[in-house]
Amino acid sequence: MIPGPFSYHRPESVGDAIKLLASLGEEARPLAGGHSLIPMMKLRLATPGHLVDLHGVAALKGIRRDSDRIVIGAMTTQHELLASDEIRTSLPILQEAAALIADPQVRYRGTIGGNVANGDPGNDMPALMLTLGAAYRLEGPNGAREVMASDFYQGAYFTALEPGEILTTVTIPVPAAGHGYAYEKLKRKVGDYATAAAAVVLTMAGGKVTSCAIGLTNLHETPLLAADAAKAVIGSSLDDASLKQAAAAAQAIMSPAADARGPVEYRKHVGGIMVTRALQRAASRTK
Amino acid sequence: MAKTHVTMKVNGAEVEGLVEPRTLLVHFIRENLQLTGTHIGCETTHCGACTVDIDGMSVKSCTMFAVQANGSEITTIEGIANADGTLAYLQEGFRQMHGLQCGFCTPGMIVRAHRLLKENPSPTEDEIRHGISGNICRCTGYQNIVKAIQYAASKINGVEFKEAAE
Repeated sequence: MIPGPFSYHRPESVGDAIKLLASLGEEARPLAGGHSLIPMMKLRLATPGHLVDLHGVAALKGIRRDSDRIVIGAMTTQHELLASDEIRTSLPILQEAAALIADPQVRYRGTIGGNVANGDPGNDMPALMLTLGAAYRLEGPNGAREVMASDFYQGAYFTALEPGEILTTVTIPVPAAGHGYAYEKLKRKVGDYATAAAAVVLTMAGGKVTSCAIGLTNLHETPLLAADAAKAVIGSSLDDASLKQAAAAAQAIMSPAADARGPVEYRKHVGGIMVTRALQRAASRTK
Repeated sequence: MAKTHVTMKVNGAEVEGLVEPRTLLVHFIRENLQLTGTHIGCETTHCGACTVDIDGMSVKSCTMFAVQANGSEITTIEGIANADGTLAYLQEGFRQMHGLQCGFCTPGMIVRAHRLLKENPSPTEDEIRHGISGNICRCTGYQNIVKAIQYAASKINGVEFKEAAE
């Protein structure tokens, strides 16, 4: 399988990449890790006339702490997230999720920017970004803007990205010290997209949940923030009744596709189980 | 489509070639460089038979363009043996532990395990299994592949390899 012909561009700055995308127009696609786009090109489901490879842009790499926020360059790979002490300390849920993405080879190439910007409902990072209250920096010919992850996803493969814009950084507020977290992902085999997955970040005091956010992966055409489900457990001790209520509230907003991973009823059913397990495991990790 | 001139270091030797942008790295390695130890299995980024080591990363060479590897340093299965031609510990392990049957996945397995052991010279069985989860074998059931990697890890660490009781 060989992709259709294209011209290859390797800019060294964000400015040059944006200029290239603007001048080449709709035929051009930015190339990050390439592990979604290149397979699509080999199947000729994508036939861009130009690829603008972002690997030469050093400014898009790296993880840094900016007071109470973590700023991650879009071209930072999943492997680099897994190796980062800063992420291990501040945002351990990202490592738990990254380890469940694809396989080691793919994680050396796959990037956080590509994962969150592609708009694929099967990608794991977008639901985490909703759960963590992340913001994306989008840079284009008309300047830069910040968009909250919660405002970014519009439909399967449809996002707030305008033509010619590149997602350059992901900024995540550091969750409270002692928070509990979990990413529960049901998949058919290593490397698969989620049949259903749930992300939970919560805090507890005196045995009661004081704050909670729940995100859902691959249970709708966009990642979901299950706000009502989170409300159902705040103030509770995560007793059976509140867990059931949370799972039901989460299921009420799920509308997964029926595909090889199972029919709608099954995916909603296991989606509820992922929410319950993630809540319980997150609670067990609070300090 | 205009061709691009690329240079890279493959198994210690400087190589160059003219490639179309769409030429996949695995095709450049197999067809231009005639290094056919790197196999093409699924062509869909699943099986790992085409795994090569690029600048310290295990990469599926069917999912990267040759132009992207311009200037990089690559090790393929042909570059794994010791400089004097003797088998590397991993190769010895696959031989001693019967880590292959048909052998098609073996180059990718060994190149991947090579990087795994560089990053983690004393992996647990679980770490080995997760570490090779991007490589598919349809013959062995993985048991002997895991043992082969454990054998190599023991040798690297200078300890005697003891097979775990089954």
